[in-house]
Amino acid sequence: MKHFAFLAVLLLAGPALSETKAAPSWGAGAEDAAFARMLATSFKDKGIAKTDRLTQDETQAFCSDPEAAANPAAADRRRQIEAANMATVKWPSDGKWLGDWKQGEAIAQSGRGNTWTDKPDTPNGGNCYNCHQISPTEISYGTIGPSLTQYGALRGQSEETLKAAWAKIYNAKSLNACSNMPRAGHMGILGEAQIKHLMALLFDPASPVNAKPGPAQ
Amino acid sequence: MDRVSVGMAAFLAVSAAAATAAYAQKDAAQEGIEAYREALQDGNPAELYEATGEELWKTPAGPKKASLEQCDLGLGPGVVKGAYARLPRHFKDTDRVQDLESRLLTCMETLQGKDPKPYVEAAFTAPPKEEMNALAAYISGQSKDDPIAVTPKHPKEQAMYELGKRMFYYQGGPYDFSCATCHGQEGTRIRLQDLPYIPGPKGAAAGWSSWPAYRVSAGQMWSMQWRLNDCFRQQRFPEPVYTSDATIALSMFMAANASGATMKTPGIKR
Ligand code: HEC
Ligand code: HEC
Repeated sequence: MKHFAFLAVLLLAGPALSETKAAPSWGAGAEDAAFARMLATSFKDKGIAKTDRLTQDETQAFCSDPEAAANPAAADRRRQIEAANMATVKWPSDGKWLGDWKQGEAIAQSGRGNTWTDKPDTPNGGNCYNCHQISPTEISYGTIGPSLTQYGALRGQSEETLKAAWAKIYNAKSLNACSNMPRAGHMGILGEAQIKHLMALLFDPASPVNAKPGPAQ
Repeated sequence: MDRVSVGMAAFLAVSAAAATAAYAQKDAAQEGIEAYREALQDGNPAELYEATGEELWKTPAGPKKASLEQCDLGLGPGVVKGAYARLPRHFKDTDRVQDLESRLLTCMETLQGKDPKPYVEAAFTAPPKEEMNALAAYISGQSKDDPIAVTPKHPKEQAMYELGKRMFYYQGGPYDFSCATCHGQEGTRIRLQDLPYIPGPKGAAAGWSSWPAYRVSAGQMWSMQWRLNDCFRQQRFPEPVYTSDATIALSMFMAANASGATMKTPGIKR
């Protein structure tokens, strides 16, 4: 029988949750022991997707209880989690923020990677269009996240703005503890070069994201 | 022209119409999908799978050379009509909460003497799972137009509902995804795919009432276990074991949230 570390994480998260004194989002029957038992018997390794993916870090454990996480009493905890995530952010190694927006568009379009049908050696995509409108000419976009059209044109390229966008892409939870957005840099989904290309997609004046809008639609 | 190619022609015609729209592009794409669905109401390729499933139900098989016609899906041995609309539920003989596919495995083992292992381990496109998909299509069709009637009463049903709810919100893997990431807010979509809000009655009903479903783009009949399997794959989770408790718990969560809505199975999807 494998040692399931996530049970340990659940038990460690217990005192923190009871501090906020919020009832969990689920009722009787789904306590930690029963839930851990269910996880232990319900999944198996496949391809690159191993059962160790069920072991949660602090952020995942906290955000898996949405009522507790959104409780006003958890505000300090949320800030602490944001700070812990911000601490993971690796800034560009050469101080340059922007890469090639054309490559950024390709990375944003690609949803490849990290599933059990993906191979470990192929570069991952950013999945960005699954959640965001980005280039105005791409109509196949999701709405889980806000539109990023005109992103750079609206904000400019101050150091503060570039840092915030970099932090968001590198580790989305650095700015919003329970963001729906994955932590592309921190989780090793995207590398520095890829993030620079995405930054260019958002900020380069030549990027279609920042093209002057045409006649009213 | 057989039903499938009529369907494809309808899809292509409607897609072409949608493609010519200039600025209302998303609306046109959405209209295209909806018109395509209407065009196919009268002919669902799932009917072929229902026929296969009915044959599997009635044909003696396995070491015991028995059919499944004595299988109790919750309404008594052999009662198929209305059974799917009442699953998942607790069963006395196994003292477990079971969904359709796990219950079928129970019957295949006890009535036919079959070993469930090859059925559990086979890929969804391999013959043992093709049997499960066909049986699921058939049995679900026998609940078409029935109200979904799943109200957790037995303590194990209630526990399963709460376990399913907790599983729905459980974040993990490199993307921090949970079911809720994609299905946990109203009115959002992935690319152009509208996604139902599963914790609510309407969203739960949209999903629970329409699977098993024939997926035209893939030419495949998907059971609900298959649907969950592929969502877990996109979630970047490890693979759920076929008919494991996590899958049954999530099914209980969805079915109970959907209770009262009308079963429309087997469904048809793009
Ligand atoms: C699964 C959904 C999802 C994916 C995938 C995703 N995002 Fe996000 N993103 C969001 C959500 C939701 C928000 C806003 C809420 C929050 O996180 O605080 C957001 C916010 C942002 C913001 C900040 C917007 C602002 O108001 O300043 C940026 C920039 C951004 N995303 C870029 C990206 C890029 C680039 C990618 C691809 C690497 C990406 N997102 C992938 C969901 C997603
Ligand atoms: C990364 C995104 C994502 C995640 C995570 C995800 N799903 Fe899905 N889900 C989808 C998409 C996209 C579809 C529509 C697929 C299609 O119809 O082609 C879908 C469809 C469904 C449907 C059918 C809905 C309908 O209207 O037909 C159900 C039910 C469902 N998902 C349940 C779940 C459950 C339960 C989980 C958690 C184990 C989950 N999903 C996780 C993206 C996701």
